[in-house]
Amino acid sequence: MTLLEFSRGTMLHIALIVFVFGVLWRLVTTFMLGWRKRKSEWRTSAADSAVKGAIAVGNRSWPHPEFLNRTAFGEAVGYGYHIGLFAIVLLGAPHVVFWKNLFGINAAWWPTIPSGIISVVSVVTIFLLLIATIRRYMHPPLRRISNFDDWFTLVILFALMITGVMAVFGIGGRYELILAAHIIAFNVLLIWFPFSKLMHAFYILPARFFIGYTHAKKGAST
Amino acid sequence: MSTSNRKERPTNDRKTIGQIMDENGVGRRRFLKYCAGITALMAMPPGMTAAFAQQLRAARRPTIIYMPFQECTGCLESLTRSFAPSLESLMFETVSLDYNHTLQAAAGDAAEAARHEAMEEAWGEYILICDGSIPTKMDGIYGASAGHSFVDQLHEAAEGAAAIVAVGVCASFGGVGAAYPNPTGAVGVSEIIKNKPIINVPGCPPIPEVMTGTLVSFLASGVPDLDNHLRPKAFFGNTIHDRCYRRRFYDTGLFAESFDDEGARNGWCLYKLGCRGPTTYNACATIKWNGGTSWPVESGHGCLGCSEPNFWDQGGFYEPVTSKLFNDTGQIAGAAAAGVAVGAAAALAANRRKKKLSGQAEKETSS
Repeated sequence: MTLLEFSRGTMLHIALIVFVFGVLWRLVTTFMLGWRKRKSEWRTSAADSAVKGAIAVGNRSWPHPEFLNRTAFGEAVGYGYHIGLFAIVLLGAPHVVFWKNLFGINAAWWPTIPSGIISVVSVVTIFLLLIATIRRYMHPPLRRISNFDDWFTLVILFALMITGVMAVFGIGGRYELILAAHIIAFNVLLIWFPFSKLMHAFYILPARFFIGYTHAKKGAST
Repeated sequence: MSTSNRKERPTNDRKTIGQIMDENGVGRRRFLKYCAGITALMAMPPGMTAAFAQQLRAARRPTIIYMPFQECTGCLESLTRSFAPSLESLMFETVSLDYNHTLQAAAGDAAEAARHEAMEEAWGEYILICDGSIPTKMDGIYGASAGHSFVDQLHEAAEGAAAIVAVGVCASFGGVGAAYPNPTGAVGVSEIIKNKPIINVPGCPPIPEVMTGTLVSFLASGVPDLDNHLRPKAFFGNTIHDRCYRRRFYDTGLFAESFDDEGARNGWCLYKLGCRGPTTYNACATIKWNGGTSWPVESGHGCLGCSEPNFWDQGGFYEPVTSKLFNDTGQIAGAAAAGVAVGAAAALAANRRKKKLSGQAEKETSS
């Protein structure tokens, strides 16, 4: 068995099993914990609160005007590499065919971006990720709230991005080995995902909604 | 077989390749042109052509023992069929092919006797060409000829060989014979023979020019530079994808989605239709087939990756190179069910604990 076969076969299989198990475990646990019992009267109807919850998802995804000067740079870098990652993962041709094969769907409508553009986006994304990493290290409060979880996730992300770029540009060794390294990095990410802060991908929107919803029910503005 | 009973080959049968070329009316210019082509293919500097030609002309006519094992004769078909007589085919005819049980007239004991005689005469000097995988399970009982297993025949023939050339993906890596579940325990030559120089020329079949080019290169300058799969780097140094004329469509994101859509008619990239070009090292895109007429991708079909180890077990031929290599989704569904069950149990336990703690707190407050 070659390394590429291992990465696409046994390891990917195990990684998916761990990922699916871990993500569902955490999500089901979180959503079944229920609401805290409140003794005061609700100020807003459930329907109106739901609308305000949805508004909070949008509001809280944008920098607060009052702190714009202080947070704009960090937010821009954060949004930059997130958008870059999504573009590469969801619109890069090799990734699209990977997802289609993995989910067993045809989806002829799924568009792809030319690999030249993806290559530029990849390099820019790595650069933005590097800035975010340096900022996390240099910014005292950010550094203080960072732990192994954050740093290890960044290591996996860098490994994933760099091996991807190496595979595209054909540098650093034989293609099949670089591709295997890229898929192995992805598998490690899948295994690490449910037990790390990467779970924010699933939590972030519901969390913002519930904050907006409960604030509205209590009669507080968000 | 031992060296003690080795016979000397008659002098008139040990002509140089140059002498044979002269006898066949191959002029100096034509021979040099051929050598220039080979050195260019092998990425040698232009200045090396003259020296290469000189060495090749001076080389003695080599004895070739061609041993077929678990094979389909496709490789031999590829080597012997050419649409027009070429210098490549003449090079192949120049060698002394002393044993090949498909081509030779002799059969049975006479054929085996001829092989042993040829091996004795050129002991330590002949080139052993192997074709087909070698079954190893149950002491190699799945493949036998003349009362001997292929494993034993390979050991015997390899002992007196100067070098071994494994022709085709089966002799190189086990190929189709070694495909899952590999019932015969088929392996390539390099899995069995460890003490001889081995050159793998994989493919299903290999390109004839690659075969003759490898032989010529060996005759002129010994074992060529090999990659980690023992393939000559000159022919297997680049991926099909790197040299593919459809590469520009990959780079611009234009893909055929099916074999009869607009993309396929326009000759766009076949990556999404399972082309193995990115992970396949071979010279199809540059040398092409049938005298440079065409090659699979030019004919509208993706590369199958036939020069790579385990190419038969890399998922469906129409699935992309990054496709998953497992079919069992039951375990993932099981993991999902287990995740939901464990998550629900954890939440119920946490809620029960919370209720218990709040009940205790209420009791303490009221008391």
